This record gives sequence, C-alpha cells and structure tokens, in this order.
Amino acid sequence: MAYSDKVIDHYSNPRNVGTLDKSKNNVGTGLVGAPECGDVMRLQIEVDQNQVITDAKFKTFGCGSAIASSSLATEWLKGKTVDEALAIDNMEIVEELALPPVKIHCSVLAEDAIKAAINDYRVKNGLEPLVEAKSHH
Amino acid sequence: MLKFPIYLDNNATTPMDPRVLEAMLPYFTNHFGNAASRNHPFGWAAEEAVDYAREQIAALINCNPKELIFTSGATESDNLAIKGVFEMYASKGNHIITATTEHKAVLDTCKHIEKLGGQVTYLQVNSEGLIDLQELEAAITDKTILISIMYGNNEVGVVQPIREIGRIAKKHGVLFFSDATQAVGKIPVDVEADGIDLMAFSGHKMYGPKGVGALYVRRKNPRVKVTAQMDGGGHERGMRSGTLNVPGIVGLGKAAEICRLDMEADTARIVAMRDRLERELLQMEESYLNGNKESRLPHVSNISFKYVEGEGLMMGVKDIAVSSGSACTSASLEPSYVLKAMGMSDDLAHSSLRFGLSRFTTDEEVDYAISHVKEAVTKLRELSPLWEMFKEGIDLDSVEWAEH
Repeated sequence: MAYSDKVIDHYSNPRNVGTLDKSKNNVGTGLVGAPECGDVMRLQIEVDQNQVITDAKFKTFGCGSAIASSSLATEWLKGKTVDEALAIDNMEIVEELALPPVKIHCSVLAEDAIKAAINDYRVKNGLEPLVEAKSHH
Repeated sequence: MLKFPIYLDNNATTPMDPRVLEAMLPYFTNHFGNAASRNHPFGWAAEEAVDYAREQIAALINCNPKELIFTSGATESDNLAIKGVFEMYASKGNHIITATTEHKAVLDTCKHIEKLGGQVTYLQVNSEGLIDLQELEAAITDKTILISIMYGNNEVGVVQPIREIGRIAKKHGVLFFSDATQAVGKIPVDVEADGIDLMAFSGHKMYGPKGVGALYVRRKNPRVKVTAQMDGGGHERGMRSGTLNVPGIVGLGKAAEICRLDMEADTARIVAMRDRLERELLQMEESYLNGNKESRLPHVSNISFKYVEGEGLMMGVKDIAVSSGSACTSASLEPSYVLKAMGMSDDLAHSSLRFGLSRFTTDEEVDYAISHVKEAVTKLRELSPLWEMFKEGIDLDSVEWAEH
C-alpha cells in the first residue's frame, strides 16, 4: 500500500512524542485500542485555567497511519479549547492524511483517544464524564 | 554497491536465475512447437525439451520422470492432489487429515472438500510449529484416504517430520501428499526415502519462472491416480489437460538442475547469513525467534519484536522488502493464522517480521538489514506506549484494554 506524503512525514518526524505527568490534575490521559488488535494509542492533554489545551503528547503502537493520525491529532489539539477539541471529527484526519478506506479505523482511534483524554481530564476535575457521542464500532 | 530496495522476501517469490531465463528463451521463438504435436519436428523439439526437464526435476526429488504432472503452479497442484484423490478414492473413504498451519491453497481446498461431504481433521501444532505424530496416527480411521502435511512452512520455515509421517501413512495404507513448495530446491527432498505419494511444488520459489509447477504422483508401491480437475485433451497421462507451457517447463527443469548442483554451496552461504541476521537481531531486548530452531528451512527467519507493530516496522525499513505477520486493515485485524496456530498471542504475532534470503542475497544486504531493522525497532519503541509500560514494569495482560 502506498502511503501519502503527509503520513510519511508524520511517521518519519512524529510531532509531540512523549509523556505528560498523569498525576497532575490538569492532565488528561486517553489510552485506547488493544495490543491484540495491532494498535494502541496514548494521547495526553494539559489544560490551563481557561480550558485551553497548552500541551499535547502521544505515544502509539501501530501502523504508519495510526502513528500519523495521533501525531496530527496532537498538533491540532494544541491551542484549542477543550470544547473545540471535542469537535474534531475523524473524517477531518482522514482528509488531511489522505487515508485509504482500510485505514479509516486509525483516524477513529485518534478521535477516540482525544475524547478519552478529555473525559479523563473532566472526571479528574469533578465534571460529568462525556456521554459517548458516537459509536463507530 | 547496494541496490535499493533490498529484497528479503524470497518466501513470497524468488528472482529468476539468469541461467534459467537463458534456457527458456529459445522456446518462446525458435522452438515454439506444441509438445503434443506428434507429426512434425516442431512438436518433437518441444516434447524433447519437456522430457529433458522431467529428467532434471526427477533427479532433484528422486522420482521417475514419468511421475511428474506439470501444472500452473503449487496452488493448482494442491487442488489437483486433494480434490483428485478425494474423487478417485471416494469408494475407499472420505476422510482427510491436514494441519492448521498449511498454506491457504491446502486449507481452502479442504474446506471445499468438507462442503462436498468429506471429513477433514485439522491437526494442531505445538508452539514451535510441529505436528504431533501420535496425534496424527490417532486421527487415522478406516475412512482416511489422505494425509496432507506440508514439507516446510512458508511463514516460519518449520520442516515437519516428513519421513515419520510417510512411515505412518504407509503403515495404515493411507496416501501421503506434501505441499513442498518452500522445500524443493532448498533442502534435499527425496520422495522415495520420505515415503511421499504426491507432492506439489512451484517454479518461482526456486529461481524459476512463475506460472509453472508440478505435481509428483507416485506410479509404483502404490500406483496413485488422481481424477482430473479440468477436462480437455488428456495431457499428462490424463490427469491434467491443457497445452504444456513448454518455456515454463524448460525453466522449471533448469531451475531444478541448478538447485541440485548448487544446493550445498548455496545453503552454506545462506545459513551463515541467516544465522548472523538472527544473532544480531535477537540481541535486541524482547525479540524472539518464531518456530523450531533445528527442524527448519535454511533461508527463512521469522522474528517478533515485542511492543512494535509489524506493519509500522515495515514502513520504517521501507528500503528492505520483508513481510509481516500483521495485517492492520479494517477488513482484517487478524494477525498471521500460522503464528496464532502456534499459540502465539495476537500482540506478539502483530510484531513479527519474516526475512527470506536467497542465493542472490549478499553479506552487504544482510548488514544493511541488520542495522536498519535495529534502528527502526529502537525508534518505534520510543514511540510505543506499550514499551514505556513494559519498562515501568506494568503487566500488559493486567490492563483492561478498550477494544475497538
């Protein structure tokens, strides 16, 4: 399968790889996927008092498209408010990275990771967890 | 000088040996005759070339040249052997024994047989990919007509105890068919000593052309027959109709001859490279060799690099052509069924790469592969949340994964 230039770029130079301190209250962590399915994404956000995401980090076990989807997600998250981040749709990732149909699940996983990180942040800060907005599976 | 990309996927197909191409060329143009044309020199020349190829191949596997049926490749040979025996020996029984790690051409043919009312036993393999001979013998019933066990496995290279299987088959009066696509030309295969009654193999896995293969069908002790699966001119002793692919057959013959003459020297060189590749890559933490280490083909090595996903890894070594046990597509999240049949967990199966060497592989190419695979594994582990968790001492089996 041929990868798009953008996937290759994110795979070769992944943005925002790393780990945030998950014990901090303003850090939300999302861990989605499963090793036996061949992809696991961990996405973390750090949120300031104005509900703005000031930092985002990821680590991903998976194929090139999964790595690129999560790398792109962290790029998009930085500077967005939590509410804006919630609006990120997996199809935007598909379009940006020109993912073929067989790799759409990678973008879905990235969206799930964003939502899971936000949820973790909300629960830590005494807010209601999100109701699962949409189910892809 | 290294030429990129480097080809290390020789279990999928091998490049054709230039000596093979040279032998084939006249049979496309000058000697274009139909081997079945008995009444003019064009036909005679073609028939003579085909007969010579039969001898070359017979010498490689120790059979009589008349015992070879030419086909389009191993998939057709597998189909002809299994379906052909099932039909021909229907009055004797309807039970076939095979194994879970067989090639799809065997497994899917067996599924077809089941739809036709046949009974199929699928033997399990152990963690090293080997079948259990006692289990095999215990599975034989008075309805068993065929044992179908591959010689060497295409994914992990494990070589089954063929001679013992041949003896068990003989003892119970059951025919023994072996898909030897990966073994013929690579290791000594002797249908007499091995007790094989039918055997499939293919040109393009042994430096010959694609689109040509053969089925060995024993003529003596016992005389084996298969029902033809295509109707037509009754070529190949009535078992496989269709004008013979003369250039392809000439190529298969030449490839067999070169394999027979060069096998010892080729194997020594390939094993040395394979062992070096393995030694270096297995030095990495959490990397594992898959399949039995003793009973195996000389040119294949299947290694799992834990906490790194195979398809992602292949992308990281994109100037090296290898194959992965992982298929990360929404259509199929299933990793290799061979590795799974060996009891490997899905995550480790997703982390595997298969390296296939050939007589054309060089030391420089192996050196390059070693350093680039190491580099890519290290880089992807830096990216891997699983590696981080492993390093923190978290038991990944205790994590509740959000399956998707």
